[in-house]
Amino acid sequence: MKSLAELTKLRDESLKRVDLRKERKGTRIVVGMATCGIAAGARPVLAALMDEAQKRGLKDVEITQTGCIGVCRLEPLVEVYKEGEDKVTYVELTEEKARRIIAEHIVNGHIVTELTIGAAK
Amino acid sequence: MDFYRSHVLVCGGTGCVSSGAYTIEEMFNNALVAKGLDKEVKVVRTGCFGLCEAGPICIVYPEGSFYSRVEQKDVERIVDEHLLKGRIVKDLLYVDKAATVTDIQTSISDVTFYKKQKRVALANCGVINPEIIEEYIAFDGYQALGKALTEMTPVDVINEMKKSGLRGRGGGGFPTGLKWEFTSKSPGDIKYVACNADEGDPGAFMDRSVLEGDPHCIIEAMAIAAYAIGAEKGYVYIRAEYPIAVKRLGIAIAQANEMGLLGKDILGSGFNFEMEIRLGAGAFVCGEETALIASIEGERGMPRPKPPFPAQKGIFGKPTVINNVETYAVVPQIILKGADWFTSFGTEKSPGTKVFALGGKINNTGLVEIPMGTSLKEVIFDIGGGIPDGRKFKAVQTGGPSGGCLTEAHLDTPIDFDTLTALGSMMGSGGMIVVDDSNCMVDFARFFLDFTVDESCGKCVPCREGTKRMLEMLEKITSGNGTMQDLDKLEELAYAIKDSSLCGLGQTAPNPVLSTLKYFKDEYIAHVVDKKCPAGMCQDLLSIVIVDGCIGCTACKRVCPVDAISGEVKQNHVIDQAKCIKCGACIPKCPKKVIVKQ
Repeated sequence: MKSLAELTKLRDESLKRVDLRKERKGTRIVVGMATCGIAAGARPVLAALMDEAQKRGLKDVEITQTGCIGVCRLEPLVEVYKEGEDKVTYVELTEEKARRIIAEHIVNGHIVTELTIGAAK
Repeated sequence: MDFYRSHVLVCGGTGCVSSGAYTIEEMFNNALVAKGLDKEVKVVRTGCFGLCEAGPICIVYPEGSFYSRVEQKDVERIVDEHLLKGRIVKDLLYVDKAATVTDIQTSISDVTFYKKQKRVALANCGVINPEIIEEYIAFDGYQALGKALTEMTPVDVINEMKKSGLRGRGGGGFPTGLKWEFTSKSPGDIKYVACNADEGDPGAFMDRSVLEGDPHCIIEAMAIAAYAIGAEKGYVYIRAEYPIAVKRLGIAIAQANEMGLLGKDILGSGFNFEMEIRLGAGAFVCGEETALIASIEGERGMPRPKPPFPAQKGIFGKPTVINNVETYAVVPQIILKGADWFTSFGTEKSPGTKVFALGGKINNTGLVEIPMGTSLKEVIFDIGGGIPDGRKFKAVQTGGPSGGCLTEAHLDTPIDFDTLTALGSMMGSGGMIVVDDSNCMVDFARFFLDFTVDESCGKCVPCREGTKRMLEMLEKITSGNGTMQDLDKLEELAYAIKDSSLCGLGQTAPNPVLSTLKYFKDEYIAHVVDKKCPAGMCQDLLSIVIVDGCIGCTACKRVCPVDAISGEVKQNHVIDQAKCIKCGACIPKCPKKVIVKQ
């Protein structure tokens, strides 16, 4: 390492490793991972969300899991908490739908209305 | 760099390691692999979280769930429930005894023990993995060194340190900026920086925790100090009894060398700095700076008179800055965030925060960092969780064997260097040993004196002979043979030792005796005049007797190891005082509770 700029670059890269432990704001994506969720395929959904977030190098996004949200028939179910916005609940997810949510909602800020609980039958 | 959704932080400080943290860590790793979660959840070994009493400690992020006393059988439940299904295992969480609400504290930031703390020196302890330099860098590590080397002149650095008002955390409380300025102005082509990590005060372990949990901050701070005074070489003097700290500091130095953060032309600034670890054999006196210098030079660790101070004549006769670990630990943040940020904590004369090691009769044994000026009551009762078993607070010893005790009357005293000194105690390195009503203060003073007698290096007569004579007098008193004249002689000798000893060890050794004589003279008098130990601790002054109410059940007789109890079934029993060894084994056996210590 030969300059302060290099050090700062390394810091920014390293931030990803420890981001989870910092006090911060940002988006929380919560996957329902109770027995109902897992049975309906929540694990591939979670993996797809993580993979997509990593590929895009998203910062300040926390992907975590929770227990049964209650509407077991609509699992796999994901809730997105963005700062300053209402909670959005997505239902009956698949890997592709999960990737779409990252791309459209998390990155571009457009709620994917047709995947939300309001659109479910 | 892989993305993980959850981090499991396992404490790798000495306290938790001795209660089995490494096994827990390994079991977490195995369980995660078994469940196929090892690509999603990362296990991180960190430094000390401070709440050593509750170890082994694990914290799961992003929730910040604080699991304490984690046993091997708990690991699988945490993995199955929390990490797989996202359900926090509430019955394994740390129980906050001080919380007024009945809710279980699911996040570490809600725990009372941490709420009142302000962690500056310990900021990274329990947050980063100390063996990975990138984690330190991610938390702004080495940015302060970068700022000093590129934006500041050595004089700027010294001025910033002076402005911060930082005072040495090792005990003396000398202003750090001034020390650096003196050394910088001392004539000489070669200069050194040294770090005093010879933490010998029984009960204090903050330096060990910093070195174990955040070794890079010491390297960074020493490099900044070296830049400020014009040195190119630094020594860390650390006791060999701290194997984990030695190992992690060694790893950190190697990593910094490899990255070019130590060595030649650091960050392209032309500044060179290298570091070396020197191991000490654990002599208390080597924490005294001139003895430490002698030991680094390869001589026998003995102090010499000052002046000349190390700033003029230090290691190998060259001007040297010696600072304590905790002092160095706050330097990078002062440089990075500015002196004004630092002075926003603490009191006017003692800015910043201070780490205390809580020990003795206290619920939350561990390390706490508080702004200077916090009252003793807040530290002991709010953060420390008060006295166990519903007993009564009697005194607190600050500053270890060099300090003194403070009583209930001082509980509202704001803690800083000057208030403690004014009360006859001292800040010292920050040990705080709490004493309850079952402790005898004469015996307490005897314990500390026993330590200083052992640790006196023997160079000067007052300390070598004087402390030994004081110990003899205290032993005479605790064995019931003391006279009132002994108390006067004890005090006179104490002042003589204070006035005439060569170094800090001898000058402060009588403090525990003087302060207990000052605040607990009645206990001394009880030992001398009534031949009684009010706390029931001094064995020679104690007798165990059976008072009225004996039903003759023979339970006590059966348990007595020396057959000192006689009496027939359903008859009153009697203890033969000549035979009794005062082991107390009979006391809990009595169904009528009529066996008592007197």
